[in-house]
Amino acid sequence: MIKTLFQKIGAGALTMLVPGMLWAQDRAKWNFQEPHTSVAREMYDLHTIVLVICVVICVGVFGAMVYSIVYHRKSIGHKAAHFHENTTVEILWTVIPIFILIGMALPATKSVLAMRDTSSPDMTIKVTGYQWKWGYEYLKGEGDLAGIADGVQLFSVLSTPREQIYGNEPKGENYLLEVDTPLVVPVGKKVRVLLTANDVIHAWWVPAFGVKQDAVPGFIRDSWFKVDKPGIYRGQCAELCGKEHGFMPIVVEVVEPAKFAEWAGKHKTAAAPVASTAAVAAAGGGDGKGTYEKVCSVCHASGVAGAPKFGDKVAWKPRIATGADALHNSALKGKNAMPPKGGMADLPDGDVVAAVDYMMKAAK
Amino acid sequence: MSAVIGHEHDHDHDHAHGHEYHPGGLMRWVKTTNHKDIGTMYLWFSFVMFLTGGFMAMVIRAELFKPGMQIVNPEVFNQMTTLHGLIMVFGAIMPAFVGFANWLIPMQIGAPDMAFPRMNNWSFWLLPPAALLLIISLFVPGGAPGVGWTLYAPLTVQQGMGMDLTIFAVHILGMSSIMGSINIVTTILNLRAPGMTLMKMPLFVWTWLITAYLLIAVMPVFAGAVTMTLTDRHFGTHFFNAAGGGDPVLYQHIFWFFGHPEVYIIAIPAFGVVSQVIPAFSRKPLFGYTSMVYAVASIAILSFLVWAHHMYTTGLPVTAQLYYMYATMLIAVPTGVKVFNWVATMWKGSLTFETPMLFSLGFLFLFTIGGFSGLVLSIVPVDIQLQDTYYVVAHFHYVMVAGALFSAFAGIYFWLPKWTGHMYDETLGKVHFWLSFIFFNMIFFVQHFLGLAGMPRRVPDYAPQFTDFNMISSIGAFGFGLSQLLFLYVVIKTIRSHEPAPQKPWEGADSLEWTHLPTPAPYHSFVTPPTVK
Repeated sequence: MIKTLFQKIGAGALTMLVPGMLWAQDRAKWNFQEPHTSVAREMYDLHTIVLVICVVICVGVFGAMVYSIVYHRKSIGHKAAHFHENTTVEILWTVIPIFILIGMALPATKSVLAMRDTSSPDMTIKVTGYQWKWGYEYLKGEGDLAGIADGVQLFSVLSTPREQIYGNEPKGENYLLEVDTPLVVPVGKKVRVLLTANDVIHAWWVPAFGVKQDAVPGFIRDSWFKVDKPGIYRGQCAELCGKEHGFMPIVVEVVEPAKFAEWAGKHKTAAAPVASTAAVAAAGGGDGKGTYEKVCSVCHASGVAGAPKFGDKVAWKPRIATGADALHNSALKGKNAMPPKGGMADLPDGDVVAAVDYMMKAAK
Repeated sequence: MSAVIGHEHDHDHDHAHGHEYHPGGLMRWVKTTNHKDIGTMYLWFSFVMFLTGGFMAMVIRAELFKPGMQIVNPEVFNQMTTLHGLIMVFGAIMPAFVGFANWLIPMQIGAPDMAFPRMNNWSFWLLPPAALLLIISLFVPGGAPGVGWTLYAPLTVQQGMGMDLTIFAVHILGMSSIMGSINIVTTILNLRAPGMTLMKMPLFVWTWLITAYLLIAVMPVFAGAVTMTLTDRHFGTHFFNAAGGGDPVLYQHIFWFFGHPEVYIIAIPAFGVVSQVIPAFSRKPLFGYTSMVYAVASIAILSFLVWAHHMYTTGLPVTAQLYYMYATMLIAVPTGVKVFNWVATMWKGSLTFETPMLFSLGFLFLFTIGGFSGLVLSIVPVDIQLQDTYYVVAHFHYVMVAGALFSAFAGIYFWLPKWTGHMYDETLGKVHFWLSFIFFNMIFFVQHFLGLAGMPRRVPDYAPQFTDFNMISSIGAFGFGLSQLLFLYVVIKTIRSHEPAPQKPWEGADSLEWTHLPTPAPYHSFVTPPTVK
């Protein structure tokens, strides 16, 4: 044990001196993970460019420093000069860095614009961070793949057994980076993700995709990826979200479109249909007014974060026009700034539906 | 003010021990209004906090020595990272430089003491209760907050009463910093000796003048942020809760409006110390004094305009991402000017390498690396990959430890003879430097690779492919921790030594405390101001 440890330290020290040597052997440990989207590739290349520029400047600055440490020391009898300014040099080393920085900023700007362009996706998935798991929902939306997986919902939870974490069993190959149900997406398609959270801020991060986006409770953020190769990609939550923060990984399985359609078909039948909410209301007889006053009024009484105000006929008219079922669904599953069931996950569906009906009546 | 000085004049001001109101023992330290006593207390307080925060770092590194949960549970791990950060930033580094300010500003500008000696005493004595609140929070139900030193909402709203203790600690620390800063600004602007114009002040004094303004500007902002957290927790407000019309990201904007200048509050006095030490051991005046002053001032101003570069992944609008990227990159220009000036100061000097110079060179070398990793992080697309990974941890430790802490060590070795009247053990000092330098790089250099390869920060456990670098890092951490006990030994040995130090042990030192005051510096100095030509 101790011996291998010392070997490791030795190896570490050696590789710090000559990073090139082990670089080729075990590249994955030393740099970004292999990129698999155009965005991640740009990030990889930008980092390389900036790193090379920094190393070159470092060599210059440290070279001058080491030179004077070696040749301008008192012990070899060097006498101190007495200059203490030089306007030309000072202007040069202020202006030249500005041009180097502009050189870096140009490609970076191009990448930022590409990275943030979430327009015309082939499909849209809503990602919700929970303490401590990820929820995924394939949204009904525009794009080539609209309709294939609409409404499929799944939760993704760490599947590494506790015995491995607490050292009672040997650790598996994908220790801490494995989940029970991975997210499945088709290869070569632009997938837009809408992110939110249920409790605190989480961050959805898959290094190979170049996507790291905070999931903020009560707000929707978006990002996108288009993966170039089928495979299994792993990431982790990247924003401290409480005690299990280190234990909510992300696994994305990227498959051929045909296989994706097959997978979606299977999951669609498995997912419980939420369409006939009117039946729930009729059968459950939820308490509409009470629920409104207890929960919905927090936002809907004053119109917080774009919520249509209670009794505001103008705001409600276009919404009512979309049909009662659509509104029930929005209330159950969340819409825009509104979290599912207004954030009260344990509210019975019947109460939510009844509250929507109550609010619709008030605005008619 | 004049009453105090008049009162001093009535007595025998050359011999402090003859002062009739000068209590001995513990009460000397409780009641003291002397800038040297208060400076000493700040420095010792900060060292105690340094060991406390350091112990927490040892717990963190021990847990991360190998994959799996071994020593603490995830809750305690998060509490350790939170308190380590808060204690090191607010308890160790900031008070250390306030200690330097107290000792040195009056001596370097030829003033008899700080402008408000009683407030100075109060500023210091607010610190121990604040530190106690932070430590006590570990033992209350629910423990200390496990939210990271940035105290992000809404996670903070979920915490136990340890969070409230932390909030009050922050309030008290803020009051202390604001009063200390008002004192420093007033002293520098009003108590300079005749002939000591602003542009003749030693650079250390300049850096503190600018830092004090930063503190006065941003500490109230931080106090506001944690107060909003407090009312969200207990009084039904919804500043950071979307369901009530608030926004969790608002907290981050307010926090980093404080937090980014805070980084420079820590770094700028460090620049000041190094700008005193490097010329002294190069036997050559500081290169580009005027441009140094302008560079520090522009860094301070820019620091207010770049806060959201800590928030690239929160979903800022694309225009904001671009603006913050450009503004952040711009900071590289004045920072570069400073580094070039230090190297140019050494150029064609007559260099010797006593311990203060070694720590300053260590600072220069490692701070430059930290500056470059900062430049890498300023590039939005690269930062998206690196945000909240160990790369960021490596980056800010290069700036905070190799930057601020190394410069504090340089300053302590540099001024220790003036403070204690005795010379420190040069060999042990050099051993301390080399141990610190090697172990520091062992801890943090490898963390760059961990971050690049995808290890998130603030996790108590990690995937096995990160094991090698974590082991190197942990061993380095234990070595670094132990090396600081050697530092304690060196300091105590110096205090107890009987070998008197000369008035000016450093050939190239030229500020007033070396040229005008005996060693050790008398209890009351410059009761009659010197004349500066």
